[in-house]
Amino acid sequence: MKGKILLTSKDMDAAILRMAKEIVGNGTEGVALVGIRTRGVPLAEYLAKKIEKVQGRPIDIGSLDINLYRDDLSEVSEQPVVRPTDLPFSITGKGIILVDDVLYTGRTIRAAMDALIDFGRPRFIKLAVMIDRGWREFPIQPDYVGKNVKTTSNQNVKVMLKSIDGDDAVFIKE
Amino acid sequence: MKPIFIKNGRVIDPAKKIDGVMNVVVENGKISAVTSAKKIPEEALVIDAKGAIVAPGFIDLHCHLREPGEEYKEDIESGSQAAAAGGFTTVCCMANTNPVNDCTSVTEYIVNRARVCACVNVLPVGAITKGLKGENLADIGDLACAGAVAISDDGRPVMNAMIMRHAMEYAQTFNLPVISHAEDLNLRGRGVMHEGTASTELGLRGIPAATEETMIARDILLCGLTGSRLHIAHVSTAGGVEMVREAKKLKLPVTCEVTPHHLTLTEQVVHGYDPNTKVNPPLRSENDRRELVAGLADGTIDAIATDHAPHDITEKEVGFEGSAFGMVGLETALPLVLKLVHDKKVPMKRMIEALTIKPASILNLKKKGTLAAGSDADIVIFNPNEPVTIRASAFKSKSRNTPFDGWRLQGKVLYTIVGGNIVYKS
Amino acid sequence: MRLTQPHILSINDLTKKDVLTILQTAESFKEISERPIKKVPTLRGKTVVNCFFEDSTRTRMSFEIAEKRLSADTVNISKSGSAMQKGENLLDTMRNIEAMKPDIVVIRHSISGAPMMVAEAIESHVINAGDGMHEHPTQALLDLMTIKEVKGRIQGLTVGIVGDILHSRVARSDMLLFRKMGISVVVGGPRTLMPIGIEDFGVTVCPNIREAIPSLDVLMMLRVQRERADENLFPNLREYARYFGISNETLKDAKDDMTIMHPGPVNRGVEISPEVADGPRSVILNQVTNGVAVRMALLYLLIGDGGNE
Repeated sequence: MKGKILLTSKDMDAAILRMAKEIVGNGTEGVALVGIRTRGVPLAEYLAKKIEKVQGRPIDIGSLDINLYRDDLSEVSEQPVVRPTDLPFSITGKGIILVDDVLYTGRTIRAAMDALIDFGRPRFIKLAVMIDRGWREFPIQPDYVGKNVKTTSNQNVKVMLKSIDGDDAVFIKE
Repeated sequence: MKPIFIKNGRVIDPAKKIDGVMNVVVENGKISAVTSAKKIPEEALVIDAKGAIVAPGFIDLHCHLREPGEEYKEDIESGSQAAAAGGFTTVCCMANTNPVNDCTSVTEYIVNRARVCACVNVLPVGAITKGLKGENLADIGDLACAGAVAISDDGRPVMNAMIMRHAMEYAQTFNLPVISHAEDLNLRGRGVMHEGTASTELGLRGIPAATEETMIARDILLCGLTGSRLHIAHVSTAGGVEMVREAKKLKLPVTCEVTPHHLTLTEQVVHGYDPNTKVNPPLRSENDRRELVAGLADGTIDAIATDHAPHDITEKEVGFEGSAFGMVGLETALPLVLKLVHDKKVPMKRMIEALTIKPASILNLKKKGTLAAGSDADIVIFNPNEPVTIRASAFKSKSRNTPFDGWRLQGKVLYTIVGGNIVYKS
Repeated sequence: MRLTQPHILSINDLTKKDVLTILQTAESFKEISERPIKKVPTLRGKTVVNCFFEDSTRTRMSFEIAEKRLSADTVNISKSGSAMQKGENLLDTMRNIEAMKPDIVVIRHSISGAPMMVAEAIESHVINAGDGMHEHPTQALLDLMTIKEVKGRIQGLTVGIVGDILHSRVARSDMLLFRKMGISVVVGGPRTLMPIGIEDFGVTVCPNIREAIPSLDVLMMLRVQRERADENLFPNLREYARYFGISNETLKDAKDDMTIMHPGPVNRGVEISPEVADGPRSVILNQVTNGVAVRMALLYLLIGDGGNE
């Protein structure tokens, strides 16, 4: 993989542990993590394990496919692969923390919120991301961030995860 | 039941290619052995068949027993006795009774009556269409389950080719052959005898050979289309025989039968207006008759069947044109076909084959038509040379409509045995 | 992901990859029908016209629900009350519809080949919802999805299709699709309802289906129309039920996990006894549920060539 390493796996582990402590500190009663497919899902699992270690008990976790809510469907040349959504708990009244790998324009999160609302009425929706790379096009801000990174528009930030890519790391490349 | 030991007879069993002087052992209603051994089972009834032929009991693919509905002409009991007297151990009765045999209840009635009062095996042929009307299929599956061995609208053709096609296809599921009475009713019109010189001389409306041949052609083509087993009833024309010959060359599952009267008589016999010569299909030209005999001899015609059609005298003494079609045949069949053997037109083995194993295989009858060990003990013992004079008044059949009364022929049934029981003794 | 075809007209046009894509997408879409709010905005602003020129309640309803759950705008056309009754022919009707710019046209017609004719004449995507005796591709796809769901696999299965194969577009599409995906197919029923040349579909004809039942993983029963008895294809419905229908008795030698399917509507007591139709082997209702998912998947996949005007 070409590009510059932004975070090593050790760095990622430390950042995720910090986010876990922040989340626990704000109270996890009636709160669930929902990973946004695809990379948000293993990231949410990683985060959930850390949270469990910190607070001594597990936290609810689900996964959300947002492709059907994207606002660019009429422009893509191929339909995105649709994967199942799995929310094994009721959304209504729950505090949802959306988890994604990279926050960029904010459109994905907008779609995720629309999808979530179709499942019920959450008590609140917060956002946890590994990397915030700026370039927002929508008024969306993360509540928990692994690392803020300044990027140019032709750069690309990739979060690699052990379960998908074999190792944990964050890369940036042109 | 006592065992039977038939000794010294010339045993002819075409199915097993046996022709020679042997002994036949019958035990428990089955053939135990055909052997040169002389051991006689205990308590056996011994029949000395010296000078006679011992053959599997004859099987008639085609007869009319008139029960239910017209018992005044014939019924299952009298018909079976006529069969036994003629050397037949199995007969197949057609469905044109009243009511028509187009549903389980009529088939079961026939089967039960036969069990009670028939001295030979009686196998029902079910109808192809309801009421023989040619419009809707009969309950073919039910007929098969109730004991029908084939389906036929005989007496009438199935004029609608689509219905004949569907019947042939549907019958496959139940492994039933379809017997075709090949006749185009429109061409038949009001005809009463073969259309030819004789009909012109006699001033009677004619039934041309094409009446039969167009339908034989149609049914053979449907056989090719559907792959179903087709059996053509009472072939009467040279053209018909030729078509069957061609169909067999193409390996189509077609078989056919001929009656003793078509093998013996021609249109000329109608001179004199004897209503007993009025049959359907009619007696045809001498050329047709010769080709029928040749077809029987070379195996193109598989079987001999009587088309035994009893009619009361009231149905025949109304002038030729008004008379019912048909003649009785069970008790005249053997001497008539033996005439062809004696005249060296048809070998004895072929004749016997046409009355035994061929009908059995057409109907898929297991254990019949042969004297193989384990078969049902259905046996006929006849003297092929003994002179007989046909006496209609002595018939076991209730009806007397035959043109052969007084004929001097050769061939006499000595014993008819069904299931190990002697049902006729001359 | 995309399909190799702009239309869904015949199973023959789809590649194996297309079929797997459709199945995978349908499996994901199925979950939407379980949500409290059964709607996603995916086809918002798209217009789908359902042209059902042959009567249908279930298929049309299934398509309409699929379209509405994807937030598409739907319009329904049927033969009665349409200009076609006034003498307008099919192509004219379709061109008029096309002038109103629909994105997808779903068409069911009693004439075999009608959807193909329409697809050549208009620009919109066309889905064949059943043409004459020819094909019913969406039915076959939902059947395959159901088989995969119930059996857990596609490979190595043997499916029996029994009944009026001659007149059945469902049977034809099923045979083509199952064979494409490597499923063995046995067909049975009265000989009068078995078309000539059926072996060319790569299926085995079994004259007595009772003999084939022990080897089947799935048995698909086809509906027999009452009118067929009037056409003398068999004597009457009673005989049909007795010799070609299934009941608990006829299934006594079947595999314990043999599944029963039926494209519907079911003639209870004719091709299938009520106990079997409602019994534990039957997945007939699963088929209906999967029908909506498959149709949603097809609409989603066809629409996705936006930007290629």
